[in-house]
Amino acid sequence: MNNKSNEIYFEFDAVSENESLARVVIAAFLTRLDPTVEQLEDVKTAVSEAVTNAIIHGYGEHGGKVAMRAVISQGGVLEVHVCDTGVGIADIKQAMQPMFTTGADKERSGMGFAFMEAFMDKVSVESKVGEGTKVHMWKVFDNYTQETQPILQAAVWNSDGRI
Amino acid sequence: MEQITDEFAIIDNFLCIRMPKEVDHHGAAGIREGADRLILDDKVKNVVFDFENTTFMDSSGIGVIIGRYRKISCFGGKVYAINVSDRIRRLLSSSGMSSIIEILS
Repeated sequence: MNNKSNEIYFEFDAVSENESLARVVIAAFLTRLDPTVEQLEDVKTAVSEAVTNAIIHGYGEHGGKVAMRAVISQGGVLEVHVCDTGVGIADIKQAMQPMFTTGADKERSGMGFAFMEAFMDKVSVESKVGEGTKVHMWKVFDNYTQETQPILQAAVWNSDGRI
Repeated sequence: MEQITDEFAIIDNFLCIRMPKEVDHHGAAGIREGADRLILDDKVKNVVFDFENTTFMDSSGIGVIIGRYRKISCFGGKVYAINVSDRIRRLLSSSGMSSIIEILS
C-alpha cells in the first residue's frame, strides 16, 4: 500500500475564513511525508497565497468556489493544484513579478507568487480571462523514503493508543 | 502605558500591536482597521509589531506592515518588529522589508 500514490480533492467557498482551513487540510495530508517543520510551513504558506489569490483576485471577494487537489506520488513528490473559476489573469508574467499587485488599495504586497515560488520547487500558472485560474505547485520531499514509512505509521498508531 | 484592547496598547508615542497566531488575509483586516483608528489619534508616532504569539504569516502580513509604514513614515515615524521567530525573520528579509522595518531582538 505504501507504493501507491494518494490524492485528495477539496472544494470550498471562496471566503477568507477558509484560508486557514485550506492550510490545515494540506498540513494534515502532508504529515505522511514526514516533513520537517520548515517544509510544512513552506507548503502552508504557498497554499495560503494561492487560496488567498483565488478569493481576492479571482472572485474579487464576492464569493465562488475554490478547488484544491493534492497528490503525493510514490517518490515523495507533493503536487498541489488550486483552481478558481473567477476573472482570470490577462498577463500571467506580469502578475508573477514580485511587488506587482492590482490590489494596492487592499494593501496587497504583491509578494504572493514570489512566496509560492520561494517555498515550492516549481510553480506554474494557467489562466484564461473570464474562465479562471489554475495554480500548480510541486515540492520534492528528499527526506521521505519507503523504508521509514511503516515505522511512521506504527508511531501514529501507538500515539493513538491503538497498538 | 494605555492598554486599549488585548491587541493594542499605546506606550509613549508607540502603538504596540500584538499580532495574532495566524497572520493571513482573513486576520489582516482587523489589525489594519484597529491600528489605523489609533494612528489617526495622533498620539501615535511609531508602530511596534509584536510577533510573540505568531506561528504563521503569509504575504498578507507584509501588506499590513507596508500599509502602516506608509501611514506613519511621512510624519517621521518608524516601524519595529519584536519577538520575531526565525521563520518570520526570513519572511521579512526575503520580501525586502529590512529597509523599512527594524527587527529588535
